[in-house]
Amino acid sequence: MLDAIERLNWWNQQMNQLWNGALPAPQAAYPALNLWDDGENFHAEAELPGFKIEDIDLAVAGCDLQIRGRRETPSGKDWAIYRQERPSGEFSRTIKFPAEIDADRVQAELKDGVLRVTLPKAPTAKPRKIEVKVLGHKN
Amino acid sequence: MSMEMTNGSAPNTMAEARPVETARFVPAVDIYETAEEYVVMAEMPGCDPKGIDVQFENGELSITGRVSPRQVPETGWLAREFGIGDYARTFNVTESIETDKISAEYEHGILTLRLPKVETAKPRKIEVRTK
Repeated sequence: MLDAIERLNWWNQQMNQLWNGALPAPQAAYPALNLWDDGENFHAEAELPGFKIEDIDLAVAGCDLQIRGRRETPSGKDWAIYRQERPSGEFSRTIKFPAEIDADRVQAELKDGVLRVTLPKAPTAKPRKIEVKVLGHKN
Repeated sequence: MSMEMTNGSAPNTMAEARPVETARFVPAVDIYETAEEYVVMAEMPGCDPKGIDVQFENGELSITGRVSPRQVPETGWLAREFGIGDYARTFNVTESIETDKISAEYEHGILTLRLPKVETAKPRKIEVRTK
């Protein structure tokens, strides 16, 4: 239960960051992210079609993951634009995870426009099972 | 954006409460025109290249893409901002196209279609000869 409340608090913080940063109308942050926690690692997944791995920069510090990237619109000399729905330009998004990340062991993979980042938790951040010793007591 | 609770713990931002697995998405596209062809670039990340289908019939261009299954957890969600599902979109093409020369290529999650114009539809430069 505590876990759920912590997550919700964490989520509210993220949402507040979102709202505060976006005026007048709140805009969806780019890229959209799916984030989860498997106990040992955090996982982040984003759809970044058209990006090559060299177009994307990942930085990890403490609990934060920053994803930055840049995509140029193909600007042909003789191209007339009929329709342009795909976003272009630069983006940057920072996520704060609820625990510290082991930056040295972060792994990222980009396949068919899907970025998957695995972020192992720092040893101190992992939940630890604490043995409770029952001391014999005298009658 | 609507907030929804799933499993009593992980917040979920999916605006539409439909099963993620069966969702169908309309891919965003860029369409360009050159003197020779139309180029359609559709964002279809995570597709199985064998599951991409392009059809042109009666002036209707339709593209569908099946996404490769990928591992997503049942619990432990921190944020769910996008859903995963197949792609489908149809375009009406009124211009004259060399239908048997349409080409399709899938790279970095982008499906690129090239639709060559028929000869008569191409702008023609007339050489002016001088004597």
